[in-house]
Amino acid sequence: MDDKNPIRLSTSDQQRVLQALARGASRREVLKILLSMGVMAASAGSLVAMSTKAHAQQPKKGGRIRAATPSSSTADTLDPAKGAHATDYTRHCMLYSGLTQLDATLTPQPALAEEIRNDKATVWTFKLRKDAKFHDGSPLTPADVVYSLNRHKDAATASKVKSVADQFTEVKAGGPNEVKVTLAGPNADLPVILAASHFLIVKDGAKDFSTTANGCGAFKVKEFKPGVRSVFVRNDNYWRAGKPYLDEVEIIGIQDEAARVNALLSGDVQMVMAVDPRSTARIKATQGFAVLETKSGLYTDLVMRQDAAPTNNPDFVMAMKYLIDREQAKNAVFRGFAVVANDQPIPPSHRYHFAGLPQRPYDLDKAKFHLQKAGLVGSTATIVATPAANGSIDMAVLMQQSAQKIGLTLNVNRVPADGYWSNHWMKHPLGFGNINPRPSADQLLTQFFKSDAQWNESGWKNEQFDQLVLAARAETDEAKRKKMYGDMQVLIHEKCGIGIPVFLSFVEAHSSKVKGMGSIPIGAFMGYTFAEHVWLDG
Amino acid sequence: MAEARPAALPGWRAGVPARWRGTTAWLIANRIGSGALTLLIVSAVIFIITGWLPGDAAQEALGQSATPETVAALRAQYGLDKPPYVRYFDWLVGLLSGHLGQSFTASMPVTELIAARLPKSLVLAAVTAAVSVPIALAIGIVSAMWRGTLLDRALNIATLSMVAVPEFLVATIAVLIFAVKLQWLSALSNAVDVSTPTQFFRTYAMPVATLCFVVIAQMARMTRAAVIDQLSASYVEMAVLKGARPARVALRHALPNAIGPIANAVALSLSYLLGGVVIVESIFNYPGIASLMVDAVSNRDMPVVQACAMIFCFAYLLLVLVADVVAILANPRLRHR
Repeated sequence: MDDKNPIRLSTSDQQRVLQALARGASRREVLKILLSMGVMAASAGSLVAMSTKAHAQQPKKGGRIRAATPSSSTADTLDPAKGAHATDYTRHCMLYSGLTQLDATLTPQPALAEEIRNDKATVWTFKLRKDAKFHDGSPLTPADVVYSLNRHKDAATASKVKSVADQFTEVKAGGPNEVKVTLAGPNADLPVILAASHFLIVKDGAKDFSTTANGCGAFKVKEFKPGVRSVFVRNDNYWRAGKPYLDEVEIIGIQDEAARVNALLSGDVQMVMAVDPRSTARIKATQGFAVLETKSGLYTDLVMRQDAAPTNNPDFVMAMKYLIDREQAKNAVFRGFAVVANDQPIPPSHRYHFAGLPQRPYDLDKAKFHLQKAGLVGSTATIVATPAANGSIDMAVLMQQSAQKIGLTLNVNRVPADGYWSNHWMKHPLGFGNINPRPSADQLLTQFFKSDAQWNESGWKNEQFDQLVLAARAETDEAKRKKMYGDMQVLIHEKCGIGIPVFLSFVEAHSSKVKGMGSIPIGAFMGYTFAEHVWLDG
Repeated sequence: MAEARPAALPGWRAGVPARWRGTTAWLIANRIGSGALTLLIVSAVIFIITGWLPGDAAQEALGQSATPETVAALRAQYGLDKPPYVRYFDWLVGLLSGHLGQSFTASMPVTELIAARLPKSLVLAAVTAAVSVPIALAIGIVSAMWRGTLLDRALNIATLSMVAVPEFLVATIAVLIFAVKLQWLSALSNAVDVSTPTQFFRTYAMPVATLCFVVIAQMARMTRAAVIDQLSASYVEMAVLKGARPARVALRHALPNAIGPIANAVALSLSYLLGGVVIVESIFNYPGIASLMVDAVSNRDMPVVQACAMIFCFAYLLLVLVADVVAILANPRLRHR
């Protein structure tokens, strides 16, 4: 992060990579080759980016794209602090720039901050770019960054990341072109955290976001009608030279999945987000369209509350974990657009994933053993599932069938998506959650697993785990840090009241005329940043 | 359904001079009074019912990331920390002075949101009405004139199956054929800016056709029943005996007497076109007022919910009133009373 990673590849290795690229190897395959050569993930990303540029056709300027996302309502907002869903994030990433930006390996790269220094991961200094300008022509100043970061701490802003921003004890200008952020405690992941769309930089004093936005992003607002559409035009003064390529991008929300896919196939839109795996065959069979799968850290998890019976019994929890048929969940519920998970929340694609943790199998004998040990054979439990947690109803039914075989009656209580998060989530002994990927392992573990976490879904309390979270957060040595995150994954896998069957992929589709698409596994549409990367060909 | 003539006039209305009672003007004045009362009751009921929904606007806006602190701050910002009756009366006072309030979620005036959607809904409803009413009347009258024949049965089966097929199926199949396969029409209704008749056709053909499927059957069957009812009356027999041709008997003699029930059936079907078209709006991504209300309910955006409910209710009352007036004007016996 703090230095530019030089690409240390021998000529023969370079040849191997470029040959693979010429063969049409995917980004993922190339990353595998590179990782086998022991190349740092960060440099791997930039090498692939370079090669892709060299190989693919030259990007073309101009053209207009209409992209459809699943959610759009009158709650649509241009305020990055309030961003609630993929459509908002996509819009915000077009209009604003952040201090940092994530690459394909979720490693933070400099954006508005051209240089980042830290002292013991507690005092961070961001040196700002001099050439970045807001849409109104005013230059980016430290005051804008200070305002943008501090506003999250004000409860009246109703920021989605208030709890994250509360660790900023002081944000102030540290020189003509520098911002100094002092944290309550060391956090080596700050550059990752600041890459989230909520922390995009707005103009100092900005309060009115109802119809327009003043950011440093690649696009400017032409029209914004909540729940109808938003049209954005190219910002010719964008700080990233040569970008964006498109003249205009329109974002519309089409809630109905079938309607969304139909709109793509009829040519009314060029890109669609959130494609049902069932529709992929149809899209692939139509000429001129491509399906893009991004393997992510998104998961729907089984929540077993530690403060209620029978889920406070560790053997019952273990029985439930063995009852999950992960392969079937992957293939039947998500049609293969998922990766089998192992009851811990760090996905295989993440740099801190602990590959040495043995995979927990679907094992009815072990499940029965634990159920007997818990003395709950022949008992009845209720499992709450909802459309709000993607795939949870199907997974609950799968578990219901397995449970029957070991003498446990599971009643599936299906509740509506409407109001699920405020009324059901974490309020039943046995229910489901749905957790969006967080690029920072620390953020994920702090928000969802630490004993005092607001969204400690299962109410799990483990002192050793809490200490590890704090230690890893302060650790700047990558190897030590990875080891600690490995230990935490083992703890969650063994002891936490959370069952994670699979990690879900983002599935999207686009017209083949749209070039330059890739995956940034934090979200769909290249981690919501597609607009500045893609161009139209033909 | 609305009664054209109240049988007895209780209470204060008895004091109204007899020559005013029963006139069209009296009916309209009466309706406006009871309409205002209905609107008031509906607004209170909607307010109470949405209050019962789990969660409020602040919780919905923050979703998973709600903390007690941020929820409290947002509630204060929205004014949700006040007791419900205070909020209701604030809203009512605002309404009477012409202000529909501020939308919680969109942070803009409700009037602005409505102004963007209502015209779209009205255009869709108007086009659908213009297409469906003549077709429905024609089908109804024709099948009444030739009742019991093969033609009547064929029309019967056709209209019944139109009602039976759910509109999302009709819409989806239409999109698959005309937009995806043939690419004649647009799958989205707000995809192009409508400025030429061709664009208008490309945009509106499918939503209008889908809605026609739903409303035509209803109106056609009511028309048929009403006309048949009249055709069995003795004055029609008289007309037939006088030697009037079947078309003249149906159109000149029977139809005017059937207009009352037909107008009411038409009004009922058309009132559906404003609030009930949410499925069509969602499939064709048409930014109308029904989806606005659905959004508002799921976001617990009370000012918008209230405003939409008022509009739907008002439109319904207006349509029923128009139907009654039409019925009176068309019926000489009612007109000259």
